[in-house]
Amino acid sequence: MNLQSRHLLGLEGVSKEDITLILDTAESFKEVLGRPIKKVPPLQGKTIVNLFFESSTRTRISFELAERRLSADVVNFAAGGSSVSKGETLKDTARNIEAMKIDMVVIRHSSTGAPHFLSRVVKANVVNAGDGEHEHPTQALLDMMTLREKYGTLDGLRVCIVGDILHSRVARSNIFGLKTMGAEVSVCGPATLMPRYVEDLGVKVFYKLEDIIPHVDALNVLRIQLERQKSGLFPSLREYHRYFGVTKEKVDRAPKPITIMHPGPINRDVELSSDLADGEHSVILEQVTNGEAVRMAVLYVLGTSN
Amino acid sequence: MKLYLKSGRVIDPNTGKDESLDMLIVDGTIEKIGKKLSADKTYQVVDLKEKIITPGFIDMHVHLREPGYEHKETIETGCASAAAGGFTAVCCMPNTNPAIDDESVVRYVHDAGKRVTKGLVDVFPIAAATKGRKGEELSPIAELAQAGAVGLSDDGAPIASAGMMRLVLEYSSMFGLPVIQHSEEPTMTKGGVMNEGFESTRLGMPGIPPIAEELMIARDIILLGYIPNAKYHVAHISTAHAIEHVRRAKAEKLHITAEAAPHHFTMIDKSVESFDTNTKMNPPLRTRDDVEAVKQGLKDGTIDAIATDHAPHTIDEKEVEYTEAPFGIVGLETAIGLSITELVEKNYLTLYQLVEKFTNNPRRIVGLPQIKIEEGEVANLTFIDPNLEWIVDTNAFKSKSKNSPFNCWKLKGKAVGIMNNGICTMV
Amino acid sequence: MEVTLKTQILDAGGIRRTINRLAHELVENNKDLEKIALIGIRSRGEHLAYRLANLIKEIEGKEIPVGTLDITLYRDDLHGRLDQPKLKSTEILFDIKDKTLVLVDDVLYTGRTVRSALNALMDIGRPAQIELLVLADRGHRELPIKADFVGKNVPTSLSQEVKVLMTEIDGEDGIVLIEKEEDGK
Repeated sequence: MNLQSRHLLGLEGVSKEDITLILDTAESFKEVLGRPIKKVPPLQGKTIVNLFFESSTRTRISFELAERRLSADVVNFAAGGSSVSKGETLKDTARNIEAMKIDMVVIRHSSTGAPHFLSRVVKANVVNAGDGEHEHPTQALLDMMTLREKYGTLDGLRVCIVGDILHSRVARSNIFGLKTMGAEVSVCGPATLMPRYVEDLGVKVFYKLEDIIPHVDALNVLRIQLERQKSGLFPSLREYHRYFGVTKEKVDRAPKPITIMHPGPINRDVELSSDLADGEHSVILEQVTNGEAVRMAVLYVLGTSN
Repeated sequence: MKLYLKSGRVIDPNTGKDESLDMLIVDGTIEKIGKKLSADKTYQVVDLKEKIITPGFIDMHVHLREPGYEHKETIETGCASAAAGGFTAVCCMPNTNPAIDDESVVRYVHDAGKRVTKGLVDVFPIAAATKGRKGEELSPIAELAQAGAVGLSDDGAPIASAGMMRLVLEYSSMFGLPVIQHSEEPTMTKGGVMNEGFESTRLGMPGIPPIAEELMIARDIILLGYIPNAKYHVAHISTAHAIEHVRRAKAEKLHITAEAAPHHFTMIDKSVESFDTNTKMNPPLRTRDDVEAVKQGLKDGTIDAIATDHAPHTIDEKEVEYTEAPFGIVGLETAIGLSITELVEKNYLTLYQLVEKFTNNPRRIVGLPQIKIEEGEVANLTFIDPNLEWIVDTNAFKSKSKNSPFNCWKLKGKAVGIMNNGICTMV
Repeated sequence: MEVTLKTQILDAGGIRRTINRLAHELVENNKDLEKIALIGIRSRGEHLAYRLANLIKEIEGKEIPVGTLDITLYRDDLHGRLDQPKLKSTEILFDIKDKTLVLVDDVLYTGRTVRSALNALMDIGRPAQIELLVLADRGHRELPIKADFVGKNVPTSLSQEVKVLMTEIDGEDGIVLIEKEEDGK
């Protein structure tokens, strides 16, 4: 019942069985989260370090809660920017972790491949909480859990990821995971924010929301980062909202109601209108709860494996 | 020293030789060449049956790092690496500190080479085209030429501004120095760490688009067309489209030449998925189609020379996050092995044609006198065993740095010695 | 060469009569049936609990709530196992506060499963009392745990195993004793 790997570095190449195992285990943990005492003992005595080189409050808190609820001992390391600018190299940080006998590392880093590098240098289990623009596997897992809860299955489900696909690790992990589980994935966004060759990942590409909305069950709306606008990749937030913002008028044109997802935090009325974010078809808050359950499941499965 | 070199296969593109010949060498000069020579006991016998004797190989694109970056490599260790790799000469790039943009540095580098190798390896500096390689003002090109520079380049960086390139081409044409361009349109490659393609999309890495190389070369070719006496050389060409531009320019008889590095005809961008920073260099590893185009370009003569772009970096510098690591790998000690394995064994080049890529072609480009293997000539030779199968061990490299992706690779073909200025490494 | 010998301790008829007796004992010892709830330990304990609840309904006409408990998260042998047990879900849809819970399991052996179950229940709420009902007690306790209701005592040696078969899972009812023996060559 173990995962095929000692680490969760990404969803590319992770089998359907492994993803299903995590999602099924996450369901059990959702029940734990409904109890008055949300704590269970399986990771008692294990030490987990949260190595967050990129600042992130939500993801770090989510992981920390998951770790503590599994009774693990938690250490937080928050560093702004890359380790190089701090003086200590990632390699030395890794060696220190080894020397302190830490069992698991949850790492978020602005450089693609940092978790893979770490997994080669330390004996601890490594969980990728986001590396550069590459992958953010637990986010995609919680997205899939939410969709599976709503629709019963991911097989054949039609999902469109909307926004800055080029810079999005959430998009990439979702593409890899959803495709493995048999979903039909499409992406939609401005051409300057769309990676070339993305069709070769097996997704359909759209540049207009109106073209994909009639053919989709769920929209996963990505946050548009203000830095992208500053680097000139698209002209203005107003233009972005007008053409690519997910709004009620656009969504109402669909034959059936569309499920609205967002990894958070939302730029209200930029990429997603407030009424949709708070509306009856939004599962954004479930995503957060499921995030807890999924992270507990991942830590549990890796932490109790051999 | 008296040497009797027996039964080696002499391949000399300058005299057209390709046959098994004996050679007698006395105090560094070729005394006699012929079939079935005899020599008395005063001669040391070296049996070179099955081995090749060629004019001394030259690597026209090497970073020796001295002055300024001696922790990565020094002229001494770089030349030791060259000698181990089978080279009797290297051209070193000016991105040192201070840059080679002043005659004193030109002389220092050239003389240091002579001094530390005692003449075994010749070091020919390539000087900066612009002051400090900043791309803003012409460097004192006349002075640099007179001091012994054999080419002009701002490598690691392109000569980015069209206006500046035009000035460099015009001014350099007075001295016959080739302008060696690191072809990269910098406004398209900021932050890029690998080839922009399917692999970079898959891995979520910022990309260096092939069009950045193509655009720069296309622009420079147009400029070159208006400055007939200038000489233009494309450093480390890597993309199919760029190679096609060079092919067409040559057909129009423009004075343009090109070199390719062994990693660009050996590895592809998919290797980056290991996140091994020894797959990170600029220009980056490209796609299968580009690799094939490089091989075809070498085959049909569009690409004149093979040059390694030997770029040493220390372990601490390379063992960091992929996006932070510096670009470049060492190449002097794997060049011949990779070339024979990928090009000769796979029938893209004959051994004779391979020798041209490492001898008379690059020497012609940088205006150095050709080496002839003839009676009365100074012996400047490379000895190669083209059948030797060996496994690359980066720990055994003579270079100070070991940043190579080829560790543990099985290669065929290796230099077994060199000879220059009276010193022979085989004895 | 290892050979497994199976001896039947109790057949389907014996199981039926035993569970019947256990149901009557439960009712007899718990005057206030309002406060009782059965908690079946997954997986066979769960089915046993449902059977008992159905019998109690027949005997007394009362609906006793049944919950299922998965103790995987509380096991003391989670780490270092070659084959990780699959996490199943716990479903206790009623408030266990102030209730008398009857933990139901198929076999009582070292007592560690019961210890895990007790810890799990404590994290879920604060019952007034917990009793233990097992179908088979095979001895060899490693913790101070005692069953309040026992179906059958099956004395065993350490090389033996007691397996309870239930129709819902195994297709038949019964208790078998399994012996692993070294067969002389």
